[in-house]
Parts: sequence; structure tokens; C-alpha cells
Amino acid sequence: MSVLVFVENHNGKIKKSGFEAVYFGSLLAKNMGVSCHALTYGQNPDAGTLGKYGANEVYVASYNGDFDTQVYTAMVSEAAQKLGAKVVVLAHTANGKSFAGGVAVKLNAGIITGVNAVPVVDNGLIVQKSVFSGKAIAHYKITTDVAVMTLAGNSMQPVVTGSDVSPQDIALNLPAAKVKVVERKTSEGIVPLPEAELVVSAGRGLKGPENWSIIEELAKALQATTACSRPVADTGWRPHHEHVGQTGVAIKPNLYIAIGISGAIQHLAGVNNSKTIVVINKDPEAPFFKAADYGVVGDLFDIVPKLTKAVETFKAHQ
Amino acid sequence: MNILVCVSKTPDTTSKISFSGDGKEYNGDGVTFIMNPYDEWYALVKAIELVEQHGGNVTTITVGDASNDIIIRKALAIGANDAIRVDTKATDSNEAAFQIVEVAKQKNYDLILLGKETIDYNGSVLGSLVAAQMDLPYISYGTKLETSGNGVYTVTREIEGGEEVCEVAGPLVISAAKGMAEQRIPNMKGIMMSKSKPLVVVPPAAYDSKVSVVSFELPVQKKGVKMIDPENMDELVRLLHEEAKVI
Repeated sequence: MSVLVFVENHNGKIKKSGFEAVYFGSLLAKNMGVSCHALTYGQNPDAGTLGKYGANEVYVASYNGDFDTQVYTAMVSEAAQKLGAKVVVLAHTANGKSFAGGVAVKLNAGIITGVNAVPVVDNGLIVQKSVFSGKAIAHYKITTDVAVMTLAGNSMQPVVTGSDVSPQDIALNLPAAKVKVVERKTSEGIVPLPEAELVVSAGRGLKGPENWSIIEELAKALQATTACSRPVADTGWRPHHEHVGQTGVAIKPNLYIAIGISGAIQHLAGVNNSKTIVVINKDPEAPFFKAADYGVVGDLFDIVPKLTKAVETFKAHQ
Repeated sequence: MNILVCVSKTPDTTSKISFSGDGKEYNGDGVTFIMNPYDEWYALVKAIELVEQHGGNVTTITVGDASNDIIIRKALAIGANDAIRVDTKATDSNEAAFQIVEVAKQKNYDLILLGKETIDYNGSVLGSLVAAQMDLPYISYGTKLETSGNGVYTVTREIEGGEEVCEVAGPLVISAAKGMAEQRIPNMKGIMMSKSKPLVVVPPAAYDSKVSVVSFELPVQKKGVKMIDPENMDELVRLLHEEAKVI
């Protein structure tokens, strides 16, 4: 018996979400009194480091093809059967969410996605997740013999508890991919919003795209990722993938700085799981202040450069 | 093309969320329900566009009680040809997917479309459950979908930090995100016609529950905002470092 954690391979690198999932899996395995296995695939030179975050054994499947939910489903469900997994954990990433359900179907398992705390073991697993776009918390019990769950990003800070292990190959019988990727566009060098720990976001208060540089300077000082509200994306000041909110990306960073964003409920739905929210707005009645931890009322064109300067001074003395 | 679109009812974004006394059930009293925006704006409208281009039929499917009929009629008013409702309240996505598959496998749909998630339970899992139970390919977070009607689809999907253009032969399941289509407002003719379009209510198939609700709760309220002097940004940085411990 074991907890099996699937770890995505991003061009030979493991992202933080992968380490989070393994650490989460190892804590759950401890509660269940079983071991924690990690599964990854392809050329993955960092696979052994998963041992540091609690994987007792690391398995590597040989697959280098495109992301195809049917292939990934077969990979994880077959490995789970071979290794006698009682729980399968995946990161709640775009890919993880896309095939976790398939794994559950193959294993005849109950599934809950977006789990944000280590489950309670009580004659089944009691899992917790955020629902209604962060406006409520739900506790579910998975009652099947095998359970599948995805772990919401940034739910826990992975801690080094062990040491590297030697990865072992695992032979699996995978189907041919039916989905063919013909083109891929990625923004290099920038931490994608769903993974970002620090986010600087701006809205209509910025008045126009020509003023965006003050946002970028603050983001640069903090080493944060930039985001925007819906009107900013809709008018084309910023690309759509930077739009956070109900119809855009939902994020959960440690720090969300909202600049010149009033805080409409649709925007809050995408950001209210952030750990700390700073709101900068000239209107003291802006609804966003109700959801904020820290607020600054005033002219953003005056405040933001001052904040950038303060961050730079702070960083210089670290 | 025969397209099945999964359509679900969700509380309006602005509604206040509350639960029954024992915390086991969502309290929908006085709440305005809408069609899940991802199902309506993107999945349903895209299905209608494809049928306008290539001919065929758009069927919607909803798992739920009669209180869903109002949003189903809206889907018909927007342009779906007919609708199926499985008459049961599903506890979770596992059950909803099971009931949808029971219906979907009775007919050879070329394409099954649904929104990338519902705005209530935010599971993002229904599409992958349906696809796997039917042994079909699944593409999630589709932002663009094209076909020449030959059964092969070109789909642009969101991936972490970018996008991919994929080619895949149907039948398949696709979940729709922003960009897939533009919202359509039903016109008077559509509303009139929707009243006579078929809405078939079918009984649920027997289902063994895999997940049960333990409880719902509301999150702890924030302590309230701490206002910082705009002239003292060093103080904000100090608080972010020492108090919030985020930088």
C-alpha cells in the first residue's frame, strides 16, 4: 500500500507544484502508515531530489510525447495498480486537472480536486477544499477503496525531510497518443501566474497602457509576476493570460498587490484566496479595501514609485 | 454534427453564500441562479456556431431537478435544438459525470462540449471523468476550436504559461475557456421558439456514491484592513516582511 504522487516534468525540470504534491503526499502517507511513491517520466535529471521532500521511492516512466490525457491516464493508473496505491495525488495544474478524472475512472476511485490541506484519515479520507470561488470551504469524505485528489497550488510550503533517492524505471504499457501538438507558445523566463508567489496587478486606475512601466518596475523590484483586471485585458492594454478574476485566471499567491482596481466581486473571485492582499486606490470607498489586509489611499502615480523605492531599499539591506 | 453540451446551474456570482443549519447543504433560498457562464458563453455558443457552419444538432444535458428548467429553456432560446435533463440532484462531479455518460453513450455524438469549470464548486473535473468513462480523447481549457467538418479538430488550449495548438480526431470531449466564443443574448424569436423545443426528462441510473459531503463552512473573516500612510511606504514594506511574512 502506498500514496502515489504524480510529478510533472517540464523540459527536464520539476516545478514547485511537483515538490508541494510530494511533500503533501508524504504527510498523508505518514498519517495512513504507508509509504510515499513518486512517479515522473521522460528525461528528468531532478527526479531523485523528490526523495528530499518525502518520496520513499521514485519511479520514472519512459514517455516523451505530447500531453495527451489518455496516455497520462494510462501511465498513472497503471503505475498505481502496480505499486498498490491507495491514494493518487496530482498537482492542481492545467495538466493535472485535465486527466485526474481519467485516473479516478480507471481506478474506480472517488476524486476531489483542489484539495488545500492534508486529509484526515477516518475510515475514508476527509478532504478540504475551497468552493464558491473562495467564498466557502467544503469538507468531503472519499469513501472508495482508492482515492484520487489534486492539490491546490501554494497550499503548503514543501519542507526538506529526507535525502535524494535513486530513481527506478517502471515499465508501463502506454497507448499511442491521439492528440498531436502542432504549435506551442510559451512566455519564457516569467513565472506563470498560477505559480507566482508574488503578484502585482493593476486596473483601470492606471489610465492607459503607456503607464504600465510603473507596475513593471514594482514587479521587478519584488521579483513578482504582473497581472491585470478584466477591463485592462479587454481593452488590449495587457494580454488575456494576465487577466485574473472570475473569467480569467484564479490565483492564490502569498502577496497580491492591487493597484487602481476597485474590487468588483468578479475580480475578487479570482484573488480572494491570496494570503495577503494590499490595495492601493484613490477612492477610500473602493470595495476592494474590505477584502484587503493593508490599504493605501491616494494617487497611485505618486504611491507606486515610492513603494518601488522602499522595496529596493529593503532588498539592498537584506 | 451532433454535439452534446453539458449545462449546469450555478448561483449568480454576486450571491451571498450560506448553508443549512447542519452545514451539509448549500442554501439556495432567495438566490438567483444562472447558467454556468463557461457552459453558456463558450461551450454552448461554440456548439451553435459549429452547427451553423456544418449543419447538425445541438443537444444540452443537465443533471438536476426541475429548478434547472429555467436555465435549460435559456439554452434553447440561445439556439440549442433540444435538451435532456437527468432528474436527480448529483452530490458531486463523480455522480454528475456518471449520469451524463449514461445518456451520452446511447447516441453517437461527434463532440461533447462543456465549460472549463462551474463557478460554484470549481472542480474542473467533469470533462475528464466523462471522457475517460467513454474512452474518448479530452482537451481541456480550449480557447479556440476549428474544424472543416471532416471529424478532425484543431484546438488551441491553455497550458501553464502559454498555449498549445493541437490536432485530434473526434469523437472527443472539449472543455471551453474564455476566447472559445462570444456570449449571445437570446432574442425574442429564440425565446418564443424555446418554449416548443423538446426538453426530455429522464430518470437517473442507479449510482453508488464515491464521495459524501461532511460539511461546508464560511471562511474566517479578515481582521479588517490596516491603512498605511501614503507617505510611508517603508512602513508597508516592513509590515509585509515582519507581520505578513510574505517578502
